[in-house]
Amino acid sequence: MSQNLLELDHVTKRYGVGGLFSHQSITAVNDVSFSLASDTPEIFAIVGESGSGKSTMAKMILGNEVPDGGRLVFDGTDIGTIRTRAQREAFMTRVQPVFQNPFEAFNPLTHVDTYLYATARRFTGADTRIQQEAKADEALQRVGLSLAELKGRFSHELSGGQLQRVAVARALIPSPKLIVADEPVSMVDASLRMSIVNLFRSLRDELKVSIIYITHDLATAYYISDRVIIMQKGVVIESGGARAVLDNPTHPYSIALKNAVLPPDPKAAAAAIRQRRALVEGA
Amino acid sequence: MMNATLAPERPATTAPVDVLTIKDLKAYYINEHFGVRREVRAVDGIDLTVRRNEVYGIAGESSSGKTSLIKTLAGAIRPPMRVVEGSVKFDFGGKHIDVYGEPAKMQAARWQHLSYIMQGSMSVLNPVRRIKHAFNNFAYRHMGLDATAFRRRVESHLDRLGLDASVLEAFPHQLSGGMRQRVTIALATVCEPEFIIADEPTTALDVLVQQDVLGLIKEVQGRLGSSVVFVTHDMSVHAAITDRLAIMYAGRLAEEGPTQALFDRPQHPYTAHLIASLPRIGDVSTRKSLAGKPPSLANPPSGCRFHPRCPIAIERCSKEVPQMLPSATGGRVACFRAGEVSMQ
Ligand SMILES: Nc1ncnc2c1ncn2[C@@H]1O[C@H](COP(=O)(O)OP(=O)(O)OP(=O)(O)O)[C@@H](O)[C@H]1O
Ligand SMILES: Nc1ncnc2c1ncn2[C@@H]1O[C@H](COP(=O)(O)OP(=O)(O)OP(=O)(O)O)[C@@H](O)[C@H]1O
Ligand code: SF4
Ligand SMILES: [Mg+2]
Ligand SMILES: [Mg+2]
Repeated sequence: MSQNLLELDHVTKRYGVGGLFSHQSITAVNDVSFSLASDTPEIFAIVGESGSGKSTMAKMILGNEVPDGGRLVFDGTDIGTIRTRAQREAFMTRVQPVFQNPFEAFNPLTHVDTYLYATARRFTGADTRIQQEAKADEALQRVGLSLAELKGRFSHELSGGQLQRVAVARALIPSPKLIVADEPVSMVDASLRMSIVNLFRSLRDELKVSIIYITHDLATAYYISDRVIIMQKGVVIESGGARAVLDNPTHPYSIALKNAVLPPDPKAAAAAIRQRRALVEGA
Repeated sequence: MMNATLAPERPATTAPVDVLTIKDLKAYYINEHFGVRREVRAVDGIDLTVRRNEVYGIAGESSSGKTSLIKTLAGAIRPPMRVVEGSVKFDFGGKHIDVYGEPAKMQAARWQHLSYIMQGSMSVLNPVRRIKHAFNNFAYRHMGLDATAFRRRVESHLDRLGLDASVLEAFPHQLSGGMRQRVTIALATVCEPEFIIADEPTTALDVLVQQDVLGLIKEVQGRLGSSVVFVTHDMSVHAAITDRLAIMYAGRLAEEGPTQALFDRPQHPYTAHLIASLPRIGDVSTRKSLAGKPPSLANPPSGCRFHPRCPIAIERCSKEVPQMLPSATGGRVACFRAGEVSMQ
């Protein structure tokens, strides 16, 4: 029998909105279930509307948010039961995040390389600076950077794409089993984007790492993912094999989403924007 | 340091009006570490003009200097960045601002004429204040509306971006990444400035919302004939919204021209590469990344900075710097073999 690496079982998350005394709430994630098998690593894409609950789901998988309903189980352990520091460290060695906005993920007063050393120390037992630097450099090289370029630099001294790649590199250091990557390539150009998604693919194929790939970029989702779910307003509206779903979406929102991908031609793209405007204004 | 010569008086014609003129601009990050000077030449000799009533795009790979360039033109630089040469001048209908000649005046003029959406700017929202305070602080006093009319205007503007009025009562952390990004776009556009600078403003948006945002920017721009400088690495976004497009490579311009012409007949091999590498859904072939690494701006390649990665480089390319010259398609290009690369 194969155990699941990750299992989401009817997971729901609500947030209160409006002032302190308001009883309104929104359901950020509404009854979501899926699982990733242990024996077949895969790239699992989550795409969908802005505000549809993708990051909230990522936060729950990382144990940073607690669901209001349902369970999340990682490798046999209910993520909600992880309490002690030691349990948390053990979990984080195996599950690593890449957060959505690198400009928020890095403290502006800390050198970015410090994050990499800290990760190496906490999760790989590298206790000398030389070992930590070696780990950091190895990871940075994989995303087309090097420690020499980054040493002693603050986040505001790096470009958006550089910072985003540092975030990806950091997550590689512990050699995790699962990477939860929230928009990991939104700030890099097409060429680098391909090299990072190709890196994900080789992590899956060579190191058996599973990757949850949250993205607005349907082209790379199609290109590297095994399965995809499409979300709207907290609900999974369509799911299946990535190629099958994206080739022939059936839910109206999925169809609209696919059709809204801008064509790479100025006349056609400008026309698409005008049409959308006419549609929204007419509605 | 500053170029003090005045531009010749422009004869009155129907030609497009230049709102922004950048001349031979060089801006470096200059650090001293233990007496060793390290210069990152992020903006290294750029000339360009942005006209009234146009969307001017800037494209280029990660760390090519896009953000550095627009920080410089927005007068938003701080140490260790320094403008070492050149000038940045605005002409808002006869009101002249020489950004590095008279910085104080620029500060005053900034919020009146110009708004700047910084890269990753969703992180600049004050975490402990509700979103409505940001609107009150940034936009209220520029709009000359009473409080109720102002609130109504803000709400309808947010609605255009797919945001409910309730976001005004929210704290930044209660909004998703893309919702925050739209809030900063709303903040920068609600008072309809004459000049908008936007750095990667749609990276966190799904493609439907992205279309709405681009549509709104285009509309705000068109209504008053404003100018927009739009920076993104995403060539499809440039295709959708820009009138003219500049391609940046390693701190310099490689090519500039009408967007359609650049897409149809790129003259520079790097432009051709960018257009050929546009991802498409349904394509599973392993697309080739550009060979080699982006060049270091602390120690850029000699001659044409693209030569180590250029598929058609010749000997001359590593020795001489190609100048930006008029191109066959009505723009400008810096390449000794302009127009010779065909798109594969
Ligand atoms: N801490 C919070 N308090 C209240 N509401 C929240 C909180 N975090 C998220 N939300 C709400 O939950 C919903 C889902 O947000 P989430 O960040 O998960 O969206 P997302 O799918 O990641 O969107 P994007 O693509 O824009 O990043 C949004 O309506 C958001 O306002
Ligand atoms: N404060 C700084 N000190 C030193 N170097 C810097 C500083 N800020 C940026 N740089 C460097 O300048 C170069 C250009 O960065 P810039 O942010 O302009 O690139 P970009 O084209 O906007 O890239 P991206 O698309 O990744 O955002 C990069 O190599 C970056 O590391
Ligand atoms: S000048 Fe030479 S190296 Fe540079 S782009 Fe043209 S052909 Fe290539
Ligand atoms: Mg998100
Ligand atoms: Mg940038």
